[in-house]
Amino acid sequence: MGKKHETPLLDELKKGKWVSFVREIERAAEKSERTEDLLGQVEQSYRDKVTHWKHGGMAGVKGYGAGMVGRFTEFPDKYPGVKECHSMRINQVSGFFYNSDVLRKIAGIAEKHGGGLLNLHGSTGDIQILGLRQDEAEEAFQAYAELGFDLGGGGSDLRTPSCCLGQARCEFANYDTLKICYDLTQAYQDEMHRPLFNYKFKFKFSGCANDCVASASRSDMAFIGTWKDSIKINQDEVKNYVKKLNVQKYVIDKCPTKCMWFEEDNLVIDDPNCVKCMHCINEMPKALRPGDEKGASILLGAKAPLVTGPRMGMMFIPFYDVLEDSKNNYEWLKQLISNIWDFWDEYGVTRERIGELMQRVGVVTFLEGIGLEPIPEMVDHPRSNPFIKFEDEEEND
Amino acid sequence: MPEEAKNKRLTDIGPHDFHDYLPPVIKKNYGKWAYHEILDAGSMVHVAESGDKLYTVRVGSPRLVSGSFVRDLCDLADKYCSGYLRFTTRNNVEFLLEDEKNIEPLKQDIAKLGLAAGGIGNVVANIVHTQGWVHCHTSASDASGVVKSVMDDLYEYFVEEKLPAKVRIAFACCLNMCGSVASSDIAILGTHRKPPRINQERLLNLCEIPSTIAACPTNSIRPDTQDGKQTLRINEETCVFCGSCYTVCPAMPIADPATDGLSIWVGGKVSNARTKPTFSKLVIPFIPNDPPRWPKVVEAVKTILDAYKEGAESGERVVEWIERIGWPRFFKITGFKFTKYHVDDFRLAETTMNYSSHTRL
Repeated sequence: MGKKHETPLLDELKKGKWVSFVREIERAAEKSERTEDLLGQVEQSYRDKVTHWKHGGMAGVKGYGAGMVGRFTEFPDKYPGVKECHSMRINQVSGFFYNSDVLRKIAGIAEKHGGGLLNLHGSTGDIQILGLRQDEAEEAFQAYAELGFDLGGGGSDLRTPSCCLGQARCEFANYDTLKICYDLTQAYQDEMHRPLFNYKFKFKFSGCANDCVASASRSDMAFIGTWKDSIKINQDEVKNYVKKLNVQKYVIDKCPTKCMWFEEDNLVIDDPNCVKCMHCINEMPKALRPGDEKGASILLGAKAPLVTGPRMGMMFIPFYDVLEDSKNNYEWLKQLISNIWDFWDEYGVTRERIGELMQRVGVVTFLEGIGLEPIPEMVDHPRSNPFIKFEDEEEND
Repeated sequence: MPEEAKNKRLTDIGPHDFHDYLPPVIKKNYGKWAYHEILDAGSMVHVAESGDKLYTVRVGSPRLVSGSFVRDLCDLADKYCSGYLRFTTRNNVEFLLEDEKNIEPLKQDIAKLGLAAGGIGNVVANIVHTQGWVHCHTSASDASGVVKSVMDDLYEYFVEEKLPAKVRIAFACCLNMCGSVASSDIAILGTHRKPPRINQERLLNLCEIPSTIAACPTNSIRPDTQDGKQTLRINEETCVFCGSCYTVCPAMPIADPATDGLSIWVGGKVSNARTKPTFSKLVIPFIPNDPPRWPKVVEAVKTILDAYKEGAESGERVVEWIERIGWPRFFKITGFKFTKYHVDDFRLAETTMNYSSHTRL
């Protein structure tokens, strides 16, 4: 069988050493006729230097307002196979762990009901199945459900939470990221599947300050692992590192708070001055380990540029005892989340993320709204301008 | 299972429990890992307090994959690691092995499939990216094609540790930034440069006027009437071409093949190690779209990487190197032109100015 569409431009992207996505689309097209038209359309975009997907048009499954993204071609007559080319977001497994059996089944459903193409994974974390028609969405959804998988978020809702692989394989993890990610995703199924927020809201869980899921630059509520007590030092292993690494130059001198030094051959750490940045532990994992009183910092308000500019997460909760609260079904955390969502619901406007709301109403108003006291850990330094809005002092204050 | 339960429609079941897919060595040593060592750019070992070892072989993937690709991976996982594998946040595949002796044969089979083991340590990590022309309606460029072209050029830096520290590159095809490019060592960002065009016929059917007005970060959209019908007017003087209005209103397309393209940003970092997380900063405001291989984008990324490799000290991320030598020197070394577009004039802009007499002359 000859190629349905000639693709001279895309063929250029089959050359070179790095694995080719064009070859992957072709492999999918070998099994799924509709994906041949995807190749044709993408080739035309390469010629025309513009996307040919229309904006507008819904796709979804009954009872859910999220989890599928509608996608329609501008040229249904020319590329009938992608007249409808929707994607379905399947909530990934915490930490992206799978086995061959379930992955084969996931791929099989994508071939039977979609165009045989998948994103492993989308940026937020979902498995994305590309190229479904609306009339086969329900069957695909139920096929995944029977496999034990549900849809992810989309639109103005709680987006699919994601996490680093945490304690499953990483010695740096300060709390069980996989578990809290799974537990909270289960707890907030309604908020994920039925969009009722002003805009998207993201949870991301990183086990330490290396932040491998980039929680602090893109999630409204970022959990970053930390500890309260002292870094555990194995002095023998420190000495082994000294033999192969300039520990003074590459570890000690790079400490942001200068909280470590050698006393004779022994490494000494002024732990109360340590900001848990992870640098020394990253460099000498055999010699240094986080302490025993572990938990997470919670940073709020990070987001991508739209609508009013990108924001990093701001420190709000320096230490949250994840393990203790998990024994209580996360009662404390759920109350905080509820306070945040209530305040956002009451005062936020359409397409305003939490960070933008904070910016508009002021951080102090936001703090009062969600019931947190201001603490010095929240600021780089106290204000340096004198335009203070004093309030009437309460009696006996 | 009773018949009515079998026929019941399943909803709100949530994600699959991760415990079902953890290899036995992980189940046994969960939360009890002692340390890890990088063996080479494609493999590492994690050692548990019990002494158990878990070997990981990491392989780059294009993220957009076929069912056949998935089965290829599964076959290797069955052959070498009892079927256990995972993915990373940067779209790599990781095989989770208990037997060190399987690393080399696995790598050979990986190479036979045309794939590359790498991505661990001081390397160019796999590029996080978006859908582009393959599946997105707001994109200003393709994503996968640019990523493929850049990774072909930087292949040696993925498969071997040859850099002062890790370099994370990310790609997003518009300012929505579905790819998390905002805090990357090198970021490539799709950029529109013309205001949206209002399609009057579709506007009233498809868009809500107030929410479209509210979507604009610079208040450049105002209500208007045309032939007695409600419409919108765009202040082209103040529009910053972000495309936020198009996201809520399909009747305001912004893509323009003649003027769309890519911008290059550097010096972002999300890890808190040593220095605080920071956003990427603009270094090249615009490069026209040049499919299928975007040679100028590839060249720009290579220029940055070469300068970094040459100038950075061991352990310095891109931003740490640039802050040590200063931005003027960065522009001088790379030959990139500093223009008025590099000076921030958006909200909170003043925070990026130099309030000191510190200058490297």
